[in-house]
Amino acid sequence: MAKQLIKHGQLVDDRWQALALADGATDGDAAALPIPAGQVIIPAPVWLAQRDALCSRADAGDIAVSLAPTFRVEDIAQDVQRFAMIAVEFPKFIDGRGYSTARLLRERYAYRGELRAVGNIGRDQLFYLKRVGFDAFLIPPGQDAAAALQSLNDFPEVYQGAVDQPLPLFRRRTA
Amino acid sequence: MYHYDATDKAIVQARVRQFRGQTERFLAGQLSEDDFRPLRLQNGLYIQRHAPMLRIAIPYGLLSSTQLRTLADITGRYDRGTGHFTTRQNLQLNWIELPKVPDILEQLASVEMHAIQTSGNCIRNITTDQFAGIAEDEIADPRPWAEVLRQWSTFHPEFAYLPRKFKVAISGSLDDRAAIRVHDMGLQLVKNDAGEIGFTVYAGGGLGRTPLIGQKMIDFLPWQHLLTYSEALVRVYNRYGRRDNPYKARIKILVKAIGSEEFARQVEEEWLHIKDGPNTLTAEEVARVANQFAPPAYAAYPASTSTLASIAAQHNDKAFSRWLERNVHAHKVPGYAAVTLSLKTPGAAPGDATVAQMEAAAALADEFSFGELRVTHEQNLVLADVPHKDLHAVWQRAKASGLASANIGLLADMIVCPGGDFCSLANAKSLPIAAAIHERFADLDYLFDIGDLELNISGCMNSCGHHHLGAIGILGVDKHGEEWYQITLGGAQGNAARIGEVIGRSFAAAEIPDVIERMIETYLAQRHADESFKDTVARIGLPPFREAAYRKNEPTGEPVHG
Repeated sequence: MAKQLIKHGQLVDDRWQALALADGATDGDAAALPIPAGQVIIPAPVWLAQRDALCSRADAGDIAVSLAPTFRVEDIAQDVQRFAMIAVEFPKFIDGRGYSTARLLRERYAYRGELRAVGNIGRDQLFYLKRVGFDAFLIPPGQDAAAALQSLNDFPEVYQGAVDQPLPLFRRRTA
Repeated sequence: MYHYDATDKAIVQARVRQFRGQTERFLAGQLSEDDFRPLRLQNGLYIQRHAPMLRIAIPYGLLSSTQLRTLADITGRYDRGTGHFTTRQNLQLNWIELPKVPDILEQLASVEMHAIQTSGNCIRNITTDQFAGIAEDEIADPRPWAEVLRQWSTFHPEFAYLPRKFKVAISGSLDDRAAIRVHDMGLQLVKNDAGEIGFTVYAGGGLGRTPLIGQKMIDFLPWQHLLTYSEALVRVYNRYGRRDNPYKARIKILVKAIGSEEFARQVEEEWLHIKDGPNTLTAEEVARVANQFAPPAYAAYPASTSTLASIAAQHNDKAFSRWLERNVHAHKVPGYAAVTLSLKTPGAAPGDATVAQMEAAAALADEFSFGELRVTHEQNLVLADVPHKDLHAVWQRAKASGLASANIGLLADMIVCPGGDFCSLANAKSLPIAAAIHERFADLDYLFDIGDLELNISGCMNSCGHHHLGAIGILGVDKHGEEWYQITLGGAQGNAARIGEVIGRSFAAAEIPDVIERMIETYLAQRHADESFKDTVARIGLPPFREAAYRKNEPTGEPVHG
């Protein structure tokens, strides 16, 4: 099967298994979701509901969380350093909340682990996603992930400071 | 004006390459219509009734003659010979072929222009006062700040997929000519007691389905923090603006829902995290940009040797005098004036300019106004720096090109969207309504007698024609597949911005000229000396106008609606 995960500018295999909650799931559903062995991505509400039981697995590098667009990253801020990976969900690529989430994780909560964009994203979003701090991109099946790699370099320069380049152009102009 | 350096050029050229690739993938079937739509919109490309429409950015309305000639060339080569200047100081071309768009963008890039973010749910072209840099009532020139914001917002990675579009306007003068209170974010340049520059920031204004006046966020934002504060404000909107319903997704709905004080508090809280960070503006950068807006090499004319009155007396020509009165504006430098080239000549669609008119305006700019022009949000062109001694020559030349209708600020100077003739969003046509009003009010003596009057027409609730802000506003509505027109009275733009009130049930297109005439008759009968239409409306209220409007056609029409 073609590799669809771009990480640090390379196509790599994806070892993570993603779990999901049904739409309209309650706190009780989050608490009751069984977590299989191995490296698992769990929705952030599941982490909050099962936190005490999962801490040791997280510290062993087996737990990642996924953040839905409506999830406030502030609610998980104190735990971010425990996660081997954080996945930010883009159910529709036109929903740009995840871009702000990524900047907050990197700039405010100093998260340094893998930050992965998942969902309805493609090559035309990669440049902006990279700029706000994503270093991994799960390209949906059917899209050419190798071609998408090229779009990480769509622009030779940027005006505003963000995660990949904290200094705005006006602090770097030479002439 | 601002000139690109090598980096600015490289960024715009990269955009052309990127969009060429996206267009090729779309045409090859590798990119779906749904995936391509937001990408083309962020390059100003709509699919309209007849053909794609391309909206070209004219940042803060400032153009060089070279740029205008390029726009004329593109209009002749790729369109049908007419361009439409918009209320956001941009240019729209209505007959563009999609596969040609990358070539058009490349030609634009060659003169430091683009169509970046002229549509889509992102930060749009930043607009300002057409008299920036020359107005007598100016506190500080808004153009450098508009350029700084243009750069900050261009390809802002966090804000390309906002809940809805985000429009910013900035005013540098005492008298707001940029309609800042009806923008998503409005900036008013101010000086504090120490003489330092800052901004009063407003947010949550807008027209459309739910017209609202922007609310004050902060009284005095020191200039250093312009970008970090803007970033905090747009971030709160990006995170918490509604995304479930596009009609409720503008920032104004969020500000209204949580209250402007709470919204301002959230922005402040967000801002404190990033305040004084790397995006804090530096004096060096502001000076670098501001230097490019330095005044041109004005000739030293002695003060008060000529006034507009003395020029009028010298020529003793009624038509010229009227043009001086309406189309020529005060300038802070002695011996100079600003000239509005009217794009409201009866017989042509308001805001439209032909290739020949664009070329004529570019030539006038070169000969008489340091090679620069401005586009106004009232959809006219301005030559900002014309010597008094050249006004008569400019008038004659403008007249020969159909650019000298002496109607600026009068009823005939209507703001009008393209409406149902072109726009796929429109509920009704707006251009034939404008044409019928032009025809009815063709007598310039009558127009002068009526005096200052803003008449604005929108073909649908999206309000591109700013009908809410017209002293008389006309809105096209769809009722069971038929085009009807609702009238509002008493709107105002500027410092005393006010949303007009609906007078009652709507009218058929054919009734509109009569109805407008009866409104005008009511005003002329009721006005006090030197009282403008909107002031009369404010004083006597809607009932006399309502009575006049419905007097002659009470039995017909459609039912009152809310």
